[in-house]
Amino acid sequence: MLSITGVHTFYGSIEALRGVDLEVKAGDIVSLIGANGAGKSTLLMTVCGKPRAARGRIVFDGEDITAKPTHEIIASGIAQSPEGRRIFPRMSVLENLQIGATTADSAYFDRDLERVYDLFPILKERSNQRGGTLSGGEQQMLAIGRALMSRPRLLLLDEPSLGLAPKVVQQIFKTIKEINEEQGVTVFLVEQNAYHALKLAHRAYVMVTGRISLSGTGSDLLANPEVRAAYLEGGH
Amino acid sequence: MEYFLQQLINGLTLGAIYGLIAIGYTMVYGIIGMINFAHGEIYMIGAFIALIAFLVLGILGITWLPLALLLVLLAAMVFTAFYGWTLERIAYRPLRGSPRLAALISAIGMSIFLQNYVQLLQGARVKPLQPVIPGGVVLMEGAISVRFNYIQMMIIATTVVLMAIFSLIIAKTAMGRAQRACQQDQTMSALVGINVDRTISMTFVIGATLAAVAGMMVTLYYGVIDFFIGFLAGIKAFTAAVVGGIGSLPGAMLGGLLIGLIEVFWSAYFTIEYKDVAAFSILILVLMFRPTGLLGKPEIEKV
Ligand SMILES: Nc1ncnc2c1ncn2[C@@H]1O[C@H](COP(=O)(O)OP(=O)(O)O)[C@@H](O)[C@H]1O
Ligand SMILES: [Mg+2]
Repeated sequence: MLSITGVHTFYGSIEALRGVDLEVKAGDIVSLIGANGAGKSTLLMTVCGKPRAARGRIVFDGEDITAKPTHEIIASGIAQSPEGRRIFPRMSVLENLQIGATTADSAYFDRDLERVYDLFPILKERSNQRGGTLSGGEQQMLAIGRALMSRPRLLLLDEPSLGLAPKVVQQIFKTIKEINEEQGVTVFLVEQNAYHALKLAHRAYVMVTGRISLSGTGSDLLANPEVRAAYLEGGH
Repeated sequence: MEYFLQQLINGLTLGAIYGLIAIGYTMVYGIIGMINFAHGEIYMIGAFIALIAFLVLGILGITWLPLALLLVLLAAMVFTAFYGWTLERIAYRPLRGSPRLAALISAIGMSIFLQNYVQLLQGARVKPLQPVIPGGVVLMEGAISVRFNYIQMMIIATTVVLMAIFSLIIAKTAMGRAQRACQQDQTMSALVGINVDRTISMTFVIGATLAAVAGMMVTLYYGVIDFFIGFLAGIKAFTAAVVGGIGSLPGAMLGGLLIGLIEVFWSAYFTIEYKDVAAFSILILVLMFRPTGLLGKPEIEKV
């Protein structure tokens, strides 16, 4: 569904991605783990054209999207809940969800809104509250909900568990699984919380300084001694 | 008392015009963080298009006033919008992402260019227009009677209606939401599928449309215009936007009203000589005590 080949991305003269090859199959949850600064967020943003890949190819559903404008990439069926959530702070929860539906057919709006409210009932309670006043966990739910409102076929999630209480983390991962299994949305998940991410994943990749260093099924990597030593040490 | 009331009416009229222009400054600033110094010239072009439209309608023999006004209004809005759109395309978009100073110089360059362009096409002399909407009602008869002219009523009513429509568009429509989204976070706006470039274009178009209405009103109100009217009006509307809190729409409306009232009252009670200085002194005073303007919010948000 998404295939990334030989992608290089720069910030000025800093080379954040140094030839990334990665494949996301339709229907899967694919996890990407790696240390802080490895280039995970840059990869998700490069898929959406912000920043643009300097070299390499990104193909989504058979179509080369490497050079497409961001809003067209989104319209073609990709949505992202980005690093830091980036909720529109001076818009209500409802407006954030409405804006998430920018590229969707408006005929689906009521149904999609209900679906998001079913996944995250707290958002319904808070629907008239400003996005900036939500707690971290609520903002994360809103960021995922906002991404779902565009009816994506591929959902990119950047560290959805960051900074959340363990109970909320559990809930978020449960919901990701639900979105994937019940709604058939393909998920590409970036996480530092390697244990959860690998447990959930059909396929997983490890990124080290802008390159993919390892890949395999989620359980392969979970059992891999290198991965255990580097990313699962002391946890769980 | 009568004198005061009369000045109040005059001040509200002038303030409405400044408010309409100020919205263009505040919206553009809100979305690209830059003062569009050519906005005063866009207003001036709106005034000229209105004048030309009146003359053309006269030649065509369309003299039924409501129809003529409507056609002139539409012509001014549409053609001026086109200028606003073009301005963004050629003067600002190519410079997006470059240092602010470059865009600032481009803006000032466009301002000078547009003045010279109109001067070349239309000549440097003042252009008169016969009074189109004469008359009014006398509210109070006396030594000094209070007159509320029809043209003043029209300016205030049109402004109120336009601001209401405009506020609704910003608050309730998808276009308004996209507008606000781009003000808050352009990268995220693109990530939800908003065409950010097009939204910025729309901002210039909306600002130019409102400035065109102001230009038409001024042409009707004063009956004379020239290629240089954009300069002072632009600076005052910009002042209004800053006094109200740059980036804030209600602020621009309030600021416009304040600047209009101050200017008129200053001329009426002190001296007409320094009316422009008065407006700018108020700017300095407001900024001293409220650096973000009257309705501007400090940039602190819990995210
Ligand atoms: N906007 C930016 N400008 C310059 N350098 C950046 C920017 N964003 C990230 N980087 C750099 O790119 C590298 C990869 O960062 P990032 O993709 O955020 O990593 P990760 O998400 O894996 O923590 C880091 O060295 C980081 O400092
Ligand atoms: Mg990151």
